[in-house]
Amino acid sequence: MAIEKLLKYEHDNKFSLTISKSESRLYMSFIGFAFIALFVGGLMGLLQVLVRSGYYTLPAGIDYYQVLTVHGVILGLVLTTYFIIGFQYALMGKTVGISETQFRVAWLGFWIMTLGTIMSAITILYGKASVLYTFYAPLQAHPAFYIGLALVIIGSWIACFVNWRQLYVWKKKHPGEKSPLLAFMVVINMIMWFIATLGVAASVLLQFIPWSLGYAATIDVLLSRTLFWYFGHPLVYFWLLPAYMAWYAIIPKIIGGKIFSDSLARLSFVLFLFFSIPVGLHHQLTEPGVQTTWKFVQIILTFMVIVPSLMTAFSMFATFEITGRRKGFGGLFGWFVHLPWKDVRFLAPFIGMLAFIPGGAGGLINASYQLNSVIHNTIWVTGHFHLTVATTVILTFFGITYWLVPHLTGRKLTPTINRLGIIQTIFWAVGMTIMSTAMHIQGLLGGPRRSAYSEYGGSEQVAEWGAYQVAQAVGGTILFIGIVLMVYIFIKLAFFSPKGNEEFPIAKEEMDAEPTPMWLERWKLWVTITIALILFAYTIPIIDIIQHAPPGSAPFAWPIGNN
Amino acid sequence: MHLHKYEKWWLIFGVGTLIAFLLILAYGAFYLGTHPQSHGVTIDPENIGAEETFKPENLGLTKLDEGKYVLNVVASAFNYDLGTDEEGKPVKHIQIPKGSTVLIQAVTPDVIHGFNIAGTNANMMVEPGFISSMEVTLNKPGEYTLLCNEYCGSGHHMMFATVEVTE
Amino acid sequence: MKKKTLPKSSSQEPNLKGTIISVSIIGLIIVASWFGVFGLFLSR
Ligand code: HEM
Ligand SMILES: [Cu+2]
Ligand SMILES: [Cu+2]
Repeated sequence: MAIEKLLKYEHDNKFSLTISKSESRLYMSFIGFAFIALFVGGLMGLLQVLVRSGYYTLPAGIDYYQVLTVHGVILGLVLTTYFIIGFQYALMGKTVGISETQFRVAWLGFWIMTLGTIMSAITILYGKASVLYTFYAPLQAHPAFYIGLALVIIGSWIACFVNWRQLYVWKKKHPGEKSPLLAFMVVINMIMWFIATLGVAASVLLQFIPWSLGYAATIDVLLSRTLFWYFGHPLVYFWLLPAYMAWYAIIPKIIGGKIFSDSLARLSFVLFLFFSIPVGLHHQLTEPGVQTTWKFVQIILTFMVIVPSLMTAFSMFATFEITGRRKGFGGLFGWFVHLPWKDVRFLAPFIGMLAFIPGGAGGLINASYQLNSVIHNTIWVTGHFHLTVATTVILTFFGITYWLVPHLTGRKLTPTINRLGIIQTIFWAVGMTIMSTAMHIQGLLGGPRRSAYSEYGGSEQVAEWGAYQVAQAVGGTILFIGIVLMVYIFIKLAFFSPKGNEEFPIAKEEMDAEPTPMWLERWKLWVTITIALILFAYTIPIIDIIQHAPPGSAPFAWPIGNN
Repeated sequence: MHLHKYEKWWLIFGVGTLIAFLLILAYGAFYLGTHPQSHGVTIDPENIGAEETFKPENLGLTKLDEGKYVLNVVASAFNYDLGTDEEGKPVKHIQIPKGSTVLIQAVTPDVIHGFNIAGTNANMMVEPGFISSMEVTLNKPGEYTLLCNEYCGSGHHMMFATVEVTE
Repeated sequence: MKKKTLPKSSSQEPNLKGTIISVSIIGLIIVASWFGVFGLFLSR
């Protein structure tokens, strides 16, 4: 059965909802917080590459790993989560609307997350939590660090509940209609986030907090790692899917085209929901306590999650080609030449897409079972996710910022800022190419990640890595200039740009588009399949880990200087 | 749901490639037996000396037979214990003739560590409660750095030894 | 779902020659880099 496209829907769509002033303040609070995080985290990144170059030592006896903890937590966890929640709220506000109660609850979520962030940040700054953003036991941070993290997660759950409720209310008012594409995508992402964070929340609440407070003498290390990675892989898809939202439903509008296929976009999101979670063991391939069979099963599932990304790649090019041809640019690649390269709202996400080609290829290698031992915990991995998160996702977020922030603050993206944005994008592309390439090569040579500068006793092999670490410092410095530019652009757009009306670009379907099949909205079925896949992939490994658990580990606080 | 003809081709090519990769990996794993380490052998992290293998006198490199060695290691913050030499000094450099197989066995009494002979496939996590082990053959002569590649605390980057593969 | 609710012949399909070539290039990059690291793994 397919739903007819109702005239009314077309009408609603044309006059998409307006975002009120007070709503804007909510969305801007999340996004503004993300930009503060970007600046602080970026500064740490700069310090890291400088230290690792061997030509710089941190002042005042600051510990490298304290800096790295700030960098990982604030960029990997805080920046991403805040930006995503703010952006997703804006998408929901634009497509399905927000009620007075939902609005108030959303603020509550913001404050709980912020309280948690501040708690964790203080413990890190006091040197009591230099455990890096993965906080592997039995390194023990101050309890306030874990409690802060738990609050961030709980605050983000509130955003899940609000987003679900927003679509639910909309659907009640629009019986028989398909949900707006962007709202559909936001709800999928938040279902994935909720199911995934249950793992890390269980670990933090039931394992880390009692253990760090001294109520539990020991902790099951392998169980805590498995729960962490049950969350850790979907975490990266939680970052990626908002970028895909922009690619599928916003970029087509910016380049003057239509959505390539509404149904395929939805289908790919459903596939992401299925296969993002039951794959966390691919981060634990070189661990001694997990059975090989189940590692391999999760490798197969990991390969499945590549399929929706293949679909996305095709959709993107198809959108570009169809739009270009419609505008009259023929030939094999004429359409490509005529993309709006001078529009930063397009250019930044486009560079992000390009970065996902080597990023995705690298990810496939990382997940390739035996091949993992070539790169595991080498700086290759850092090179990999600075392409995927710190370029693909972040540049797309920057691309969103250029129109979303002025739209929310009632200002304009001026030609000057557009030009500055293009320069910013180029800085990022160049800096990241240098830094990430050097990291990939040094990683293949064996250089470790998460390591301060060390000559390892002066061996020849390690001396060879020096040049790559210097290259990383060059690339990292260019990147840092990019961050300063972006923060400047953000401040301009938020407070100083001329008043005006910036468009909230949402692409439409073709007039004669094939109707979207109704079965794509079988939410209960999707959640059931997701849970079934998780149970399939994790039940036996987890039972095995618990049944064959070694004696637990007492806390170790001294190695991180938490005395 | 309609798929463009070319999208079908692309997905068939893509999925076909993924299956081919998986078959290659599965052949290596289940036919040739090349897995990343996973033995699930447990040990009490607070009493590793109770295990014969990790008694101080058994640490370091031991020759079993022509071309066959065992390397027992205790990784702790921030040191690899490879036993002591005749003068009682800690061993920080080991030599292995090229082409020999080495069974590496490593444990930790404290936090998580890495065990990576940089530039080789000898790459494992060492976690409290488990004996990490894998067998490797080092074919290329040269000096390699054994280093910790999992964060273990403020001295993490000071944790290393050298492994020389001799002609 | 019944597939052919709308009569759509392949002649109405948009021309996506550039797309299939572009994604094929991506495919080749993926295959080449995978075999590159695979070779490195075998040689070590
Ligand atoms: C100025 C820009 C940046 C520079 C120079 C930079 C540099 C670095 C370096 C050198 C490392 C590895 C350090 C080590 O392993 O010892 C690192 C780790 C990391 N970076 Fe960045 N980075 C930048 C931006 C970003 C951004 C924008 C994000 C995320 C959105 C990000 C996320 C991370 C994460 C999650 C880690 C891992 C931390 C860990 O292993 O615990 N970075 N960064
Ligand atoms: Cu993953
Ligand atoms: Cu270490």
